Amino acid sequence: MGVSLPAFQTLVDAHWRDVARLAHALAGPVDGDDVAQQAWTQALAAYPSLTSARNLRGWLLTITHRCAMDAHRGRARRAVPHDDVASLPAAAPTAPAADAALADDGLWTLVAELPQRQREAVVLKYVADLDHPTVAAALGTSPAMSRRLVSDALATLRKEMP
Amino acid sequence: MTDPAELLSSYDPAVRPPRLSASDVSYVVEDTSIGRMLLARNDTGALVASSFVADDAAEALLLQRLSVRVSPRVLRQPRELDEARRQLEEFLAGRSHGFTLRTDLALASQFQRVVLPRLAATVAYGERTTYGELAAAVDRPRAARAVGAALGANPLCVVLPCHRVVAASGALTGYAGGLAAKRRLLELEASH
Repeated sequence: MGVSLPAFQTLVDAHWRDVARLAHALAGPVDGDDVAQQAWTQALAAYPSLTSARNLRGWLLTITHRCAMDAHRGRARRAVPHDDVASLPAAAPTAPAADAALADDGLWTLVAELPQRQREAVVLKYVADLDHPTVAAALGTSPAMSRRLVSDALATLRKEMP
Repeated sequence: MTDPAELLSSYDPAVRPPRLSASDVSYVVEDTSIGRMLLARNDTGALVASSFVADDAAEALLLQRLSVRVSPRVLRQPRELDEARRQLEEFLAGRSHGFTLRTDLALASQFQRVVLPRLAATVAYGERTTYGELAAAVDRPRAARAVGAALGANPLCVVLPCHRVVAASGALTGYAGGLAAKRRLLELEASH
């Protein structure tokens, strides 16, 4: 007997705003909607094979993060003149959030300038409001490392913010 | 100065909901002249639910049953139910006497799968039968009470006409959509 999953629509109704916020924070306003859309399509396809109904919000946001990173890599790949993926820099020269004319106190420019892993961690922790075990799983690292990345990111942001 | 963690937490971009294409189960919730109803179809287009959902709690319960019994890929897709809505509206307006929708009794019990098709095949528009007569018709003459329970939980209300079944005394007894809805349906059929 499989797990008893809620109707998918209840997930959409409960979490679509959170998925869209995370997609926009990681991919910027230009790609944000596409990334969110892609995340929902992938989640819908994978949904019946889920083996647990626990932390569905975390599952959705983890998929969103992965889609944002895929979009990011796709964009970086298009930007290099030859198709040599191995020669890509670890982070694309302009992080997606940087091309946003986001109303803030220069926060998003600073977030965009963070090292990529720190940027992902701090956005997953605070924009998506995920706990460290879930952030760590999304980043493929340990909760201890997730804590470190987040606190380093916050320290930088606090120092640089006007 | 505002803390960056707080700024990130309160990030509020202009966003729009995802647009998903129809999947295994599509549904719509409709305010009809006899009450709030949920219509759902499966991936072959067959109607799997036509049920009264008086409030959000009843709606949530039915969505959960659809998820478990049919597929968890349940999406609100009103367009997919356009034909079912149209036929229901025609019926409730007295302009049609039946439905040409394919149905699927995925939400029904074994006994309901015997009783409901029998009812639909034998009790025509404008007619009535009793729980006892229907029990006899399915060769379970002493199961009037079980027949009552089977009809009470009919997943395809109106389309499979459990409203045409009344007590031997002629009393309307119960109906999933309430007695007022049952009375209205019987009056509608009597006058068209």
